[in-house]
Amino acid sequence: MSESQTINQVCIIIGASHAGVNCAFALRKEGWEGQILVYDADPQLPYHRPPLSKGYLVSNEGFERNLLMPPEAYDRQRIILKLGTRVKSINRTIKSITLEDHSIQKYDKLILATGARPFIPAIPGIDQANNLFPMRTAQDALDIRNTFERIKTKRVLVIGGGYIGLETAASLRKLGAEVTLLERENRLLARVTAPEMSEYFRQLHTEKGVQIFTNKNVTAIQSKGEYNKVICDDQSIFKADMIVIGVGIRVNKALAEEAGLTVENGIKVDASARTSDQDIFAIGDCTYHFNPHYNCFLRLESVQNAVDQAKVAAAAISGKNPVYNTIPWFWSDQYDVKLQMVGLSNGYNQTIIRKEEGEGNRFSVWYFKDHTLLAVDAINNPKAYVLGTKFIKNQQKIDKSKLVDSSVAFKPQNLLVLQG
Amino acid sequence: MTKITFITSDNESITVEGHSGSVMQLAVQHGIKGIDGDCGGVCSCATCHVHVAEDYFEKTGQAGDIEKDMLEFEDNVSEFSRLSCQLEINDSLDGLVLTVAK
Ligand SMILES: Cc1cc2nc3c(=O)[nH]c(=O)nc-3n(C[C@H](O)[C@H](O)[C@H](O)COP(=O)(O)OP(=O)(O)OC[C@H]3O[C@@H](n4cnc5c(N)ncnc54)[C@H](O)[C@@H]3O)c2cc1C
Ligand code: FES
Repeated sequence: MSESQTINQVCIIIGASHAGVNCAFALRKEGWEGQILVYDADPQLPYHRPPLSKGYLVSNEGFERNLLMPPEAYDRQRIILKLGTRVKSINRTIKSITLEDHSIQKYDKLILATGARPFIPAIPGIDQANNLFPMRTAQDALDIRNTFERIKTKRVLVIGGGYIGLETAASLRKLGAEVTLLERENRLLARVTAPEMSEYFRQLHTEKGVQIFTNKNVTAIQSKGEYNKVICDDQSIFKADMIVIGVGIRVNKALAEEAGLTVENGIKVDASARTSDQDIFAIGDCTYHFNPHYNCFLRLESVQNAVDQAKVAAAAISGKNPVYNTIPWFWSDQYDVKLQMVGLSNGYNQTIIRKEEGEGNRFSVWYFKDHTLLAVDAINNPKAYVLGTKFIKNQQKIDKSKLVDSSVAFKPQNLLVLQG
Repeated sequence: MTKITFITSDNESITVEGHSGSVMQLAVQHGIKGIDGDCGGVCSCATCHVHVAEDYFEKTGQAGDIEKDMLEFEDNVSEFSRLSCQLEINDSLDGLVLTVAK
């Protein structure tokens, strides 16, 4: 599509976070000349989410550093932000959206970047709990921070031992909280990593003074005025002045569902991020998409996926034929530990753990299905992460006996099986 | 204000001004092609790789340990490679010229 063709068109993006904002800027790079309107229910200027549970919680640097883009950048690119505005419905027949005040805005192209919201389990008493917060938005992080400063006794209970729960625990610990973390499964990060990684993080947090309990299913929360009593199914009881809940997310897919788009585990899209409607695209946490490398449909919660799908959708809208084909990657920072992950470990039948010699605790977990490398988790070990990425991308065969041997230097030529 | 020039893969030369934050942020704000800054500047993605013009390398200094490890196996790494999210803007960088890595 040439630029002159798009000049009178309107592109609406619902969701102004990693996916939506990146897509707006990518559209301009691709030459979209028409209007770009980005709606978000969140009144904040769009910001990076990952730091919320990490640096933002413990730093006094202010919010500016956390913005995805400074305000001028939107003006420069003629991207119109409609913040604090919830989109209520989509009318595909007349190609319009309806806002909460019943006003209507027409679109030529529509992009759903609605992401996800925290899942709040239906635990009896949860609605009356004191100082209970999820961790998803800037407001959540601010509330957690302010409440933490206000409360006199600082017993914090984190429910959920996934990345967000662990990062929040680490940050609050840094601020001096007395932190207890409850996990329902028998190990931390059970859904996403090998047992060795779970054990590593259990030890790390325990050393830093976080009390970790696994196999704890919370069944009731009783508000006692100043504090809460949290009761588990094994009758154990924990007292908490503040509770942070990090037990996963729910995809924001109602708009898509009500509009009759195909929705499965998320909003279903093709290789160009297009939904079952030609003129509607979906990107980021809300999508259920195909990964050619791993030959499966999946939903991802990561910045990488949000940003890469944003670029794909922008290219497709600009008349190109992009194919979304990436190796997922993710990171997490806890205390001074840097975790970097690449690939998808689903379906692995062997792990190889490589510990580096020398100072610091640097190691990596390599997930294989037979001889195929699926994924790498690297602790304080960017080299393992970078090499893992290359090996997975190029589908290279690795000599496992050399990989496990830390006296063999980390170089591609040392680790690869030579193809004769 | 610190002036920084980016040379993109299309050989376009773009000079922009900033006063704080990282060089990566400045590049992203100005839509410099080839600098994505996907991880937000925590040295986790290498989508902000630049080559520092030799004359300025003394001012930017060497990469840190994590940064070095991130760069070692990058395609097109050079002895003047840096991750621009690790370069803080300050007066001493005025006039800096960076080539965006391919
Ligand atoms: C605390 C925390 C830490 C994280 N750490 C990492 C990390 O280290 N690395 C990593 O890769 N990922 C991390 N993530 C995940 C990452 O932030 C998400 O994958 C990313 O934000 C997804 O972007 P998105 O734009 O698809 O969706 P979201 O960020 O969920 O944004 C969707 C937006 O749509 C808006 N919206 C939804 N429905 C409507 C509507 N009807 N009308 C108007 N607006 C609407 C919402 O208000 C929201 O702002 C973290 C997430 C959190 C919460
Ligand atoms: S922005 Fe990710 S490494 Fe620089």
